[in-house]
Amino acid sequence: MARLELSRRDFCLRSGAFVAGLMGSRWLVRDAAVAQGTRLKVAGVYTVPIEQQWVSRIHKALMAAQERGDIDYTWSESVSNTDYPRVLRQYAESGVQLLVGEVFGVEREAREVAKDYPKVSFLMGSSLKPDPALSNFAVFDNYIHEPSYLTGMVAGGLTRSQIIGMVGGYPIPEVNRLMNAFMAGARELQPEAKFLVTFIGSWFDPPKAKEAAFAQIDAGADILYAERFGVSDAAKERGVLAIGNVIDTQPDYPETVVVSALWHMEPTIDRAIAAVKAGEFKAEDYGIYSMMKYGGSSLSDWGTFADKVPAELKAKVMQRQAEILAGSFVVAIDDSEPKSTL
Amino acid sequence: MSALLSLISLISTTSFWVATLRIATPLLFGTLGEVLCERAGVLNLGIEGIMTLGAMAGWLVVYQGSGLWWGVAFAAILGAGVGLVHSLLTVRLGVSQHVTGIGITLLTINAAYFVYRMALPQVTSPPKIIPFSPWPIPGLSRLPFLGETLFTQPPLTYLSLLLVPLMAYILYRTPLGLAVRMVGENPQAAASQGIPVYAVRTGAVMVGSALMAVAGAFLTLSAFDAFFFNIVNGRGWICIALVVFAAWDPWRALGGALLFAGFDALQLRLQQLWGSRIPYQFFLMLPYLLSIVALILVSRHTKAPRALLIPFRPEERI
Repeated sequence: MARLELSRRDFCLRSGAFVAGLMGSRWLVRDAAVAQGTRLKVAGVYTVPIEQQWVSRIHKALMAAQERGDIDYTWSESVSNTDYPRVLRQYAESGVQLLVGEVFGVEREAREVAKDYPKVSFLMGSSLKPDPALSNFAVFDNYIHEPSYLTGMVAGGLTRSQIIGMVGGYPIPEVNRLMNAFMAGARELQPEAKFLVTFIGSWFDPPKAKEAAFAQIDAGADILYAERFGVSDAAKERGVLAIGNVIDTQPDYPETVVVSALWHMEPTIDRAIAAVKAGEFKAEDYGIYSMMKYGGSSLSDWGTFADKVPAELKAKVMQRQAEILAGSFVVAIDDSEPKSTL
Repeated sequence: MSALLSLISLISTTSFWVATLRIATPLLFGTLGEVLCERAGVLNLGIEGIMTLGAMAGWLVVYQGSGLWWGVAFAAILGAGVGLVHSLLTVRLGVSQHVTGIGITLLTINAAYFVYRMALPQVTSPPKIIPFSPWPIPGLSRLPFLGETLFTQPPLTYLSLLLVPLMAYILYRTPLGLAVRMVGENPQAAASQGIPVYAVRTGAVMVGSALMAVAGAFLTLSAFDAFFFNIVNGRGWICIALVVFAAWDPWRALGGALLFAGFDALQLRLQQLWGSRIPYQFFLMLPYLLSIVALILVSRHTKAPRALLIPFRPEERI
């Protein structure tokens, strides 16, 4: 058998060339695809991990777009606000065409980055309105107050103690809006209902959210609005009910979560991708595409609670839903901080 | 007056005390671990990171199919390993304990996040395990009030409470405890008595770090059923402060942990009661504020172990 003659130097050179060849071919393929305009280069930059409810919806919509073959998607999670502009710049420099993220903590800095990269499109979760002078910076937000109102009706219809608990992270507009709509919905069916409101001062402390929920159950709450992870766990342990928010948590808590107000980012993302591809991306407020009319939000299926929620209540909720979709009923947008009413 | 009455009725509920014990458990594990390290003369600022690593590793082991106690054991072993690294640097090499500790925290937190993301790259909602459930102690759990608060707790809470007398006994009543205290007060004297200073310090830091990791594991295996980025949320730093409050004593560590946890349980309840009149931030601040006040009142005259932060170099003159 002939021995393979291979010096160390030879080996290094050969394997180096091989790897370079591989990488080169990969780049070529990608560039070709982009050049044909088939795949848009998109990056997501998030300040929290992708498991976080809010960000998970954006991530899911972008993953779906990638699987369809519309985009090439990369992402960075847990980027701190102080580092956020740098990461945006890095992606912008690397040839990404659309940047998606959330700039609630870096509104000004993110806009400065957008100014420096006029050819890159920015679609950012933001509390502010779009600025026509900054034409490549569009904003969105989770305007899911409509299904929140509907879930509030469910809570109002189901509570026996007339005490409803709500645990939130921080009272920022995105949270307040949903809580206020939820409270309004509950009051429609139960004008006497009292609300317990607790903020835990953290987006990511489920044990603490759970403690806060326990405290509310101790105070007599028999249905909880689960804005944070941990609340449904407390409800499950004590055998009270919960209402989901943003994502459908009923599969995890089949006996606890009655119904959820869902956020769908697909209408927003798909519109933005189409706009960038068509060269028509501009400073727009994509917030409306999170509303029910556009399929950006919805009431989840009743699932395991299909038979447990009284038909009369379900009919009332469904009627409201139809009115919202038809435009004859408008859920007010109220961004003020909700307070306990006990 | 009615405010005072509602406060008293809040504090007299069993659920308030159950919550206090539950919140106190990770703090107690962490504080006891830190007490042990510092009694031997080594500050361990790696605590926040070791807790995060324990929370992740313990949970991951259970998620992969092992039993809950294996998760606790794995977290403890990993914690001891990190403690070994910390003591190699600070005890053997005599490097700055502050810098090493912060470095360990940064390293272990990010290692934990990295491993978690590598193991579960595509999750959109955090996977769950079945956590410890409360173990009511037969007979005792039927006692009025005490039965519900003290004897219907998850096993790790019992363990943390049992650790207090155990550690106090070992520290104050055994030759081993004397050796630990001695290397923290006067290592030269200890060495002259034939006590292996490096070994004792290293051992104390390893066991202390193991306890910190169990504190983290409690969060993901008992208090909650999933791992989150940031789940430790500063609890490690609270433990560092509680050690000073406790004047480096296990019994007072129990008192400090219960006090802080009690304030935390209280603020969650007060937010609902008075939240319409007082901004919520005030309530969140309350446990920290009251703990600082308690620290000032209780611990003004306490003294730290004399050789804390001072590396032992046998050849050095003092």
